[in-house]
Amino acid sequence: MSPRGTLKDTHGEVTRFGVRALTGFALIVLALTVLAGRFWFLQVMRHDEFSTRSLANSVHLRHLPPPRGLIYDRNGVLLADNVPAFRLDVVPEKIKHMDAMLSRLSEVVPLSDDDVARFKQSLKAHRPFESVPLKFHLSEEEMDRFAVNAWKFPGVDIAPYLTRNYPLGPQFAHVIGYVARIDDKDLGHLDADRYAGTTHIGKTGIEKYYEDRLHGTPGYELVEVNADQRPQRVLERVAPKAGQNLYLSIDARIQKAAIDAFAGRPGAAVAIDPRNGEVLAMVTVPSFDPNLFVNGISQPDYSALLHDPDKPLLNRALRGGYPPGSTVKPFMGLAGLELGFRKPSDTVLSTGTFYIPGQSRGYRDDQRYGAGTVNLVQAITQSVNTYFYSLALQMGMERIDRYLSKFGFGGKTGIDLPAESVGVLPSPEWKRKTWNKPWYAGETVIAGIGQGYWVVTPMQLAYAVAMLADGGVPHVPHLLRATRDGLNAPVVPLAAPPEAPSAIKNPADFEAVREGMIGVVNDPRGTAYQAGIGRGFPYVIAGKTGTAERFSRKGDEYITTTDKAFLAARHRAWFICFTPAEQPRIAVAVVLEAGAWGGTDAAPIARKILDAWLATQANAPRASTLTASAPQDHPVSAEAAE
Amino acid sequence: MNATIASVRMRVLRFGARFLHRPRIDLPLGVALLVLACVGLITLYSASDLDAGVIAGQAARFLLGALLMLAVSRIPPTLLRTWTPWFYAISTFLLVVVAALGEGRGASRWLDLHVVRFQPSEFLKLSMPMMIAWYLHPRQLPPGWKDIFIVGVLIAIPSVLIAKEPDLGTALLVAASGIFVLFLSGIAWWRVGLMLGALAGAAPVAWHFLHDYQRQRVLTFLHPENDPLGNGWHIIQSMIAVGSGGVFGKGWHHGTQSRLEFLPEHTTDFIFAVFSEEFGLIGVLLLLALYVFIVGRCLWIAANARDTYSRLLAGAIGMSFFVYVMVNGGMITGLLPVVGVPLPMISYGGTSAVTLLAGFGVLMSIHAHRKWVS
Repeated sequence: MSPRGTLKDTHGEVTRFGVRALTGFALIVLALTVLAGRFWFLQVMRHDEFSTRSLANSVHLRHLPPPRGLIYDRNGVLLADNVPAFRLDVVPEKIKHMDAMLSRLSEVVPLSDDDVARFKQSLKAHRPFESVPLKFHLSEEEMDRFAVNAWKFPGVDIAPYLTRNYPLGPQFAHVIGYVARIDDKDLGHLDADRYAGTTHIGKTGIEKYYEDRLHGTPGYELVEVNADQRPQRVLERVAPKAGQNLYLSIDARIQKAAIDAFAGRPGAAVAIDPRNGEVLAMVTVPSFDPNLFVNGISQPDYSALLHDPDKPLLNRALRGGYPPGSTVKPFMGLAGLELGFRKPSDTVLSTGTFYIPGQSRGYRDDQRYGAGTVNLVQAITQSVNTYFYSLALQMGMERIDRYLSKFGFGGKTGIDLPAESVGVLPSPEWKRKTWNKPWYAGETVIAGIGQGYWVVTPMQLAYAVAMLADGGVPHVPHLLRATRDGLNAPVVPLAAPPEAPSAIKNPADFEAVREGMIGVVNDPRGTAYQAGIGRGFPYVIAGKTGTAERFSRKGDEYITTTDKAFLAARHRAWFICFTPAEQPRIAVAVVLEAGAWGGTDAAPIARKILDAWLATQANAPRASTLTASAPQDHPVSAEAAE
Repeated sequence: MNATIASVRMRVLRFGARFLHRPRIDLPLGVALLVLACVGLITLYSASDLDAGVIAGQAARFLLGALLMLAVSRIPPTLLRTWTPWFYAISTFLLVVVAALGEGRGASRWLDLHVVRFQPSEFLKLSMPMMIAWYLHPRQLPPGWKDIFIVGVLIAIPSVLIAKEPDLGTALLVAASGIFVLFLSGIAWWRVGLMLGALAGAAPVAWHFLHDYQRQRVLTFLHPENDPLGNGWHIIQSMIAVGSGGVFGKGWHHGTQSRLEFLPEHTTDFIFAVFSEEFGLIGVLLLLALYVFIVGRCLWIAANARDTYSRLLAGAIGMSFFVYVMVNGGMITGLLPVVGVPLPMISYGGTSAVTLLAGFGVLMSIHAHRKWVS
């Protein structure tokens, strides 16, 4: 029975269709009822839950990074500033082919390999809808070029931000340090909430040491945002609290004068107010421009700094280790007096060579036939080695070590900067620990004149001098002098640390040492007298020269050289001093990495620092310049008084 | 020459006059569609964040669809039936062309004719029920296994082609429109039961042939919370939109979910969520009632159709219309997996509104040629 063979049952078909249509309609109504039920379930039963979620969905917490605190010198000269800049931000979610986009973008805005590498690194730390900075500190030209091509790069935007700027650049690079982009290492120990939205962090110097004070408290905005995290409307705003403004104890004028005094020769100088430990100048020559590091230093720039033979990245003042040479003599002499081995009047005969009893090796004096019979004052004034050879041998290294560590040798001064070097204050124990070798008497002898294993940093020596200048009272050197919470708040001086007792038991001991140091500058036999350091200066200067053997920089490059340039640069030239000698207000330590003698090369630098300091002192007697002044027969005169 | 021009002019004018004065429009269905179009435009205006350009574009599509509907309504069902095999063959052929050289974002659904870009699969939404109705029209109904098998092949060819594009949603809709014809033809219930059982048995096999992203969608549908920022995002955001709307809704253009672009595709596939968020349960129930009315009216027109072809076609178009609503509504409420099915007359863009209105044109024509009128 084929369908074509029979007549269609039209009537039955219509009836059947009617039933089917009704059935279908019933099923449809049933299905739509189920759907309506689902709507009822979502919109009535679970309304509260979804309402809450909808609210949480559209309202996002946006972190507002706080503006970093500014840094000033003691007189309000701006040393670290925030300036508006622009960067390129990328929303990863919106980029389909990241590598292709980056290569196209680099044709518009040059991207360094470093930029790209850092960007890819930070991609991992962000969620896909969070914008990730790609390139910081766009130039005007880069911004213009991007603006024209922006339509080709959806998901890439120019965003404003505040970038750190160091107006005085290299002058303070080794003091203030710099901020740079937060990297993986930082992420490990940072409080994620405090640093949400912050891109930079202090990496070195004051910027690192006072990161907590400078950073501030982030604010937030409750923003209605769309799914692209684009803000639509601000619902609530809690402004970020800017970091503390810091006032350093450094005087930018002294700092500048000190740098200029070096005339580019590698070295370091530290000036401290001995009354309270305030660092007035802290100089490392040569230096570098910290602004280069803020937004990522280019590889060629970094390579140039790294391979510069003068090592501008080395913070000589804080981390440069040099044998102190004769600058330790005042401290050795003081130790001899304080520990009862000598009286100021005791004399030693200097013949030009000193022998350890029973040994044939001689230890030389600077003067060929010796200085004759000298007491402590003359031993310091003329820097007589024999006096200190014999003293050191008498005291023994352990006692020397114990006493000098009171003046900070071999330890951290505690200055408010990171990564301070401790240097080396040699002792038998130190040698055994470090080299696993016994201590020899000869090593004690040369330690007496600051040679051998001794290593000090300019900061350490400046601290020791300052402590000595204040009669042995230790004041931990510090750079931070005052803080200010915003421009409307008062400047709050930092609380002075509790006064520590003097390390000097008998003030008369100090008097003797000081007299010797005054002689260095003002006695015609003094090692710094020829340089005329004290001439024309209204206050009496007490000082000590130091000339330490210098190890050649590259193998034995200098060994065969006999020319004058070599002779003029074969020593570490030191000069330490404080003034006014009676009531010291400034103590200075200067080291020149390559100089002839401490008296002729380092001392004039110290004098220039003192001149600059004098110019900053209100009601101070005027200094006549070093060269213009006539030599004075009796520099220690009435005018030395306050 | 003048006479010829005058004659042509007269014919055109006469056609135009008839077109305007005696439009073959079923008034209840026409009014319902008009209301639906207005609701669609209002919702779209809010969902597009008051983008007049979008509204203009959509209105233009509605206008084009309405004109097409009026034009189709003038074509007698008998003529439509004659053309049906050609229509079916051409649209299936276009699917093959698209499969060979089509373009589109990750899926080759589009045919670019330089003037218009369109998806041939849209044609099938209409040509599929037409073809099945054409095949069953002269047959003895209810159909036997042989006819069911042939109908099955007719359904399968285009459906598989569309599913391969890959566009599973449209493939299912196209297949459903054909199956509805079979259902309305009075196919025996025991056969229905048997086929459903076979289908259930074949499901694991079908799973094997699904694309990864299609499987992912199904898995995501089952466990949306597993991936709140990935595939589950759409479902969760949509459910939040719907649920937060409550009984009365947040008010027109006050839906935060869509306005803030948490909802993906909020002017197209997910516009129902926008509607639910802004007009609440009451709005939803009214809209569903409107849809039920339209489907019911289609079935009523079908029941009164003159011949088998018209009857089956009208009924299938009406029921397909319901499927759109059901699949879309199920998707935005998390009841069904995410498949790209627009909400009829509300979702923005595409050829969807035009083909939909053309389909209603067929219904109008069937209504105009119903059995007790001439």
